[in-house]
Amino acid sequence: MIDEVTAQLRYRLGALWRKPRIDLPLFGSLLLLMGIGLTTLYSAGDLDRGVVVSQALRFALGLTLMFAIARVPPQALRNWTPWLYAGSVLLLVAVAVLGEGRGAHRWLDLKFVRFQPSEMLKLTMPMMVAWYLHGRPLPPSWSTLFVVGLLIAIPGGLVAEQPDLGTALLIAASGAFGVFLAGLAWWRIGALLAVFASAVPVGWHFLHDYQRNRVLTLLDPEADPLGNGWHIIQSKIAVGSGGLWGKGWHQGTQSRLEFLPEHTTDFIFSVFAEEWGLVGVLLLLALYIFIIARCLWIAAEAKDTYSRLLAGAISMSLFVYVVVNGGMITGVLPVVGVPLPLISYGGTSAVSLLAGFGVLMSIHAHRKTAPA
Amino acid sequence: MPSSFKPIKESRHEYALFRRRALAGFLIIVACLAALAVRFHFLQVVRHEEFSTRSDANRVLTRPLAPARGLIYDRNGVLLAENVAAFRLEVTPEQAGDLPALFDRLGRIVPIGEDDVTRFNLLRKSKRSYQGVPLRLKLSEEEIAKFSINRWAFPGVEVVPYLTRSYPLGAEFAHTVGYVGRIDNDDLARLDKDNYAGTTHVGKTGVERFYEDRLHGEPGYEKIEVNADHRPIGEPLARVAPKPGENLYLTIDAHLQEATEAAFGGRAGAAVAIDPRSGEILAMVGVPSYDPNLFVNGISKADYAALLEAPNKPLLNRLLRGNYTPGSTMKPFVALAGLELGLRKPSDTVLSTGEFFIPGQSRAYRDDIRGGFGRVDLQQAIARSVNTYFYSLALDMGIDRFSGYLGKFGFGKPTGIDLVGEGGGVLPSREWKRARYNQPWFPGETVIAGIGQGYWVVTPLQLANALATLANRGVPHVPHLLRAVQTGIDRPPELLDKAQPLPSVIQKPGDWQAVLDGMIGVVAAGTARGLGNGFPYVIAGKTGTAERFSRTDDTWTSISASPIERHQVLFECFTPAESPRIAVIVALEAGRSGASDAAPIARKILDAWLPGDQEQQARLGAAAASATPTSAVAAEVRRPGRGAP
Repeated sequence: MIDEVTAQLRYRLGALWRKPRIDLPLFGSLLLLMGIGLTTLYSAGDLDRGVVVSQALRFALGLTLMFAIARVPPQALRNWTPWLYAGSVLLLVAVAVLGEGRGAHRWLDLKFVRFQPSEMLKLTMPMMVAWYLHGRPLPPSWSTLFVVGLLIAIPGGLVAEQPDLGTALLIAASGAFGVFLAGLAWWRIGALLAVFASAVPVGWHFLHDYQRNRVLTLLDPEADPLGNGWHIIQSKIAVGSGGLWGKGWHQGTQSRLEFLPEHTTDFIFSVFAEEWGLVGVLLLLALYIFIIARCLWIAAEAKDTYSRLLAGAISMSLFVYVVVNGGMITGVLPVVGVPLPLISYGGTSAVSLLAGFGVLMSIHAHRKTAPA
Repeated sequence: MPSSFKPIKESRHEYALFRRRALAGFLIIVACLAALAVRFHFLQVVRHEEFSTRSDANRVLTRPLAPARGLIYDRNGVLLAENVAAFRLEVTPEQAGDLPALFDRLGRIVPIGEDDVTRFNLLRKSKRSYQGVPLRLKLSEEEIAKFSINRWAFPGVEVVPYLTRSYPLGAEFAHTVGYVGRIDNDDLARLDKDNYAGTTHVGKTGVERFYEDRLHGEPGYEKIEVNADHRPIGEPLARVAPKPGENLYLTIDAHLQEATEAAFGGRAGAAVAIDPRSGEILAMVGVPSYDPNLFVNGISKADYAALLEAPNKPLLNRLLRGNYTPGSTMKPFVALAGLELGLRKPSDTVLSTGEFFIPGQSRAYRDDIRGGFGRVDLQQAIARSVNTYFYSLALDMGIDRFSGYLGKFGFGKPTGIDLVGEGGGVLPSREWKRARYNQPWFPGETVIAGIGQGYWVVTPLQLANALATLANRGVPHVPHLLRAVQTGIDRPPELLDKAQPLPSVIQKPGDWQAVLDGMIGVVAAGTARGLGNGFPYVIAGKTGTAERFSRTDDTWTSISASPIERHQVLFECFTPAESPRIAVIVALEAGRSGASDAAPIARKILDAWLPGDQEQQARLGAAAASATPTSAVAAEVRRPGRGAP
């Protein structure tokens, strides 16, 4: 039995080399992004090689996962989708009951590894929405929309309750993009947005104090410069002092002298902006745009509705990461724990992102005009 | 690869819809990222200056560097006040955690007193929590070693080197050099904040206080890079060195000062030795005194209480604020007034019968000898201290002319010495009495004022100043302590410019000679006869024995004071008589008589002064012979170094 499994595994791994089912432009730009990430991390971590090595190992794990998923046909993914979705929601429930974490219940300790089930949903959520819409007449009707709304609300609510508003937002967005790409009529989109906007005051009521503070701080960071405003102020100083050309690699005083908190994780973009300036920022944003564009192209080339919607939702989610993180470090969006894709230090995020790219690679490999 | 199954629901319509939506989505994404790029542009280009400045303000701390305080030497370069390297224990509250528990643990390694904790809590208020606060000062080598071994157990506690003011000669100069102390709120109000940004101590009394501006110097600064915890990183980015304060050379001769203090033998009193030619103070001693070093870093409660309760008030600066009744030491001045005002000629005589009466009044004013001295002229009246002569002279003069003339010798007002907190004494006058008691003046008060009694109050410094003026043939000088100033270690000390001499207060030189003859008589054959035995120069002097208690006072009638302590005794003298180079006054708070108690102390002072004077005279003679007068002046201020001349 074990022999069979290992033989199978050996065959599959060998296939990675024999038939790499990857999109080279996407793969190349991902490698470039990871290279930038490690370089920035080396500087932000104050030349601590341990941090870089540990991040590189996560990248390696994520890339392996990416290659493995790339070999799974989308049809198989589609068949597993309801089970994967149900499984990840169950894990969320388990976390709510048993989980542990700093202040928030996000982590599940499986003895040998601790991970956040909410990360899984970043992938299983768009899969589930795509799976459901795949079998429905499109553009979606109100009833379809209602079911999708439930599919999003259940895990989204569980994650928001952890409380991890940033991740909940990303999960909900990835589901919503599925509906958007499925062709939900514009007027319905407008109506939904109007409903959400009117619900904002009600939602404010349900926010935790620290979450309200983050929003209030955004409006006037100087009100409490050493407390709640510290992150935003120091991040803006880091970004602004970088100027057009930046201070140079490892010359960013804001991070080196530890004025900038979380400078290897959520605020690593500030370090990058301080050291590489506006020129570096524009090049980085251009790289993200290229990646997103390539992903959307892959989606457009996909064979069926499921693949199209899944690929499109994953690529658009990537954009949410960049905008929310960039908005946070420049002081236009509240401080929420959203990492900068493949640049921020942190394991689960990198692995789940690369897994998502694995799905894209698989869809690419099984596209309409795929070579035999 | 041929597909193994047919798509369930594939339509051209859905596909086209998706492509449109993907394009719309992409455009939204590009728009959002463009907006983000605009935001980055706004921060990084438009507001770059502002954030660049704030980034520097974050990381660069300008730290003031306190200048080294100027040193104080005596006239021969003997060190009186210096800066000594010491080590203290500093605690950074932010890192130290629970302070009482820390003090408890730390106390087992390095002794920490209650006063240390009190001072720590006081200093802590004026500092940020990330700044170190001194806990224990002046650690011994052993304490440093003991702490260093256990250092790992005390995060936030450090041994820090510092410079502390030290007065090597201690109590001997407490009343002149004074001391520095920690800057307190009163000091902060009057000091320039920028100038004192890094300075912890300021002159509180004495020369240290009066010449604060010269001694302090100019602060420098250094720019250092700090991290978010305000801890310095690496070497300073820029540094402007502070300019040390000026070194001061006082007029005092430490050797003479020491001898003067020793001459008192611990008896309470004060002595001033002054050079009448210039007003330079050569020695200035108040006994008892105290150790100024105790005050530098905050005196402990116990030490302060001990000083307050000690007999004879060591903290009182007798030289500047000690109130003494001048008694007979006033007689030469009164005699001079009589001559100058044309009321007496030196040869005029007065009959002393032992009692003097104001015409028409029955109260008797006594002489020192029952039955009187007989008929005496001015010279004898001074030499033998005949009260009757001065009773009648004062009465003839009247209080207005009396106070008018004696005021020229500086009585009744501060001398203007370069020290703070000087008292003015009392010169009896009609105006003073009116202002003080709102009462008219009575002739009997003029009579006793004539012998330096009654309302008279002088400080030792005032009497010395008046005596110096008299000795200098009436030409006054403001008494002073600062002689030369050194503005840099590589520069020689520069003598201060001499003040323009004022006109003499004595109109006729003959009058001065007559008074001088009387004062020479005091030492030659009068009340202090024998004092000049074996001394190479002629000494002119005058004793004073003032009653400590009024005879109408209960204390006098009960004679609670022993005969030894019944009087306040004084002696004034100068020498060489014809061209004086030193004038000395000695005041004792308790004694039998000026001649028996105060005069011997004055003689010891003169003996200590003599060798230096003779050496200087020889040098001046040699200089005059080689006709280079300037070299002698330059030689007067020598390079710093310990050791008496």
